[in-house]
Amino acid sequence: MRTVRILLAALLSSYLAFGPSVSLAGSPEEDREAFQNFYKERFPNTPFEDFANGIYSIDKERRQEWEQMEEFPQYELDIDAGEALFHKKFANGKGFADCFPDYETGVRQNYPHWDPKRGEVVTMEWAINLCLEENGEKPLKYNRGPLAEISAYLAYLSRGHVIDVKVPKDDPRALAAYEDGKRFYYTRRGQLNFSCASCHVHTSGLKLRSDLLSPALGQVSHFPVYRKKWSAVGTLHRRYGGCNRQVRAASFKPQSRQYRNLEYFHTYMSNGIRLNGPGGRQ
Amino acid sequence: MIRHSLLALAIAGALSSVSGAVLLFSPPALAASVIEEGRAIALDRRKGNCMSCHIIPGVSSAGNPGPPLIAMKARWPDKAKLRIQIHDARKLNPLSLMPPFGAHEILTEEEIDKVVEFVHSL
Ligand code: HEC
Ligand code: HEC
Repeated sequence: MRTVRILLAALLSSYLAFGPSVSLAGSPEEDREAFQNFYKERFPNTPFEDFANGIYSIDKERRQEWEQMEEFPQYELDIDAGEALFHKKFANGKGFADCFPDYETGVRQNYPHWDPKRGEVVTMEWAINLCLEENGEKPLKYNRGPLAEISAYLAYLSRGHVIDVKVPKDDPRALAAYEDGKRFYYTRRGQLNFSCASCHVHTSGLKLRSDLLSPALGQVSHFPVYRKKWSAVGTLHRRYGGCNRQVRAASFKPQSRQYRNLEYFHTYMSNGIRLNGPGGRQ
Repeated sequence: MIRHSLLALAIAGALSSVSGAVLLFSPPALAASVIEEGRAIALDRRKGNCMSCHIIPGVSSAGNPGPPLIAMKARWPDKAKLRIQIHDARKLNPLSLMPPFGAHEILTEEEIDKVVEFVHSL
């Protein structure tokens, strides 16, 4: 009963979340411009490129600690593990390189993308598992472990590429997926009644207790991320789940359609930012 | 003696707001402990956790999306309104970031009464 009421209340209060400062009611391109301008105005001292560094783009003190951490990045072990896994041959004699022939010069910038044949958004992590399945191998778990390591290796090789997600105009289903992700981003949920935007748009740069809230712009550029708290690399959807749960909302499965559409919108908003994964975080 | 209990009644009456039934007829000593209980609820991370967004006197490393909770009696003389802000802030600001503590049953009605007493004492 209690849960039902909470859910109802959460539903009723969704759509109210479009704050006074950014309301995205346009085409993806108009949305992106409004979204990015919001952060440029809010953080006038942060160069556009630097939003790729999350909270460290807006806080000097934390940035210093982080730069020290980056001198001996802990994700290097994960990149090495990912490299080994990537080059292990499948039972059929093929390997990941056959699915991602351009891996050496970077492939991550091609994800997420709209796949018209599947009628779905395909993410880097899903593509890794699709490759395994197409070759008769067992898919990997999405949040952490081998898949996150392979993803970290591919992120590393893709550093420097510019995020350039497209919503093809000739397929209305692509726009629908984008709109779905956008709705998710602005819908307030959970007992605490927060949307993603509550924390990363409207209160970005402020603190919840001692947690500084990062701007959403650039958040996706450095995933997967090594977190001290996880003591390993974890994927973007693992973070989505954590951010959903901390407002006492139900989380969705990693690589569920909900989270893939969310990633589609979330990454589109960062078009123009350079990939710099994997990142290191507290 | 009679004068004393009348006084107690008056204080309790002033303390009880919309649904302050709990407080009705409580002697002044209890009122102080109600404020203490309210403080404990407000600062409990699993309950009010108010310091994640508000500076509260005597609490370190508070967050800052909300205004500091200071001089409340002067700024929010109307306790009934204060209770609405805490019970469901959306009634006063539809876009409020503040969690609807009562409407979403994060706190019970009784806990909210106590938190109101605490906040009003700041
Ligand atoms: C109650 C506040 C809150 C809400 C709601 C919230 N987050 Fe977060 N999020 C945080 C905090 C705190 C962090 C860690 C500090 C930071 O990087 O912002 C974080 C971190 C992140 C990060 C990692 C940033 C990085 O640089 O490593 C991503 C990505 C993210 N959130 C996405 C989301 C998405 C998507 C949603 C909605 C599904 C969401 N968040 C909802 C508080 C929140
Ligand atoms: C996630 C953030 C958040 C949390 C947690 C939160 N508040 Fe607030 N609070 C706000 C914001 C933002 C406002 C500004 C007015 C508005 O938008 O409702 C506010 C306003 C208030 C006000 C009015 C203050 C003024 O000077 O106008 C009071 C009183 C208050 N909150 C009490 C509390 C209490 C008590 C708790 C805990 C039980 C709490 N708040 C938890 C965000 C929060």
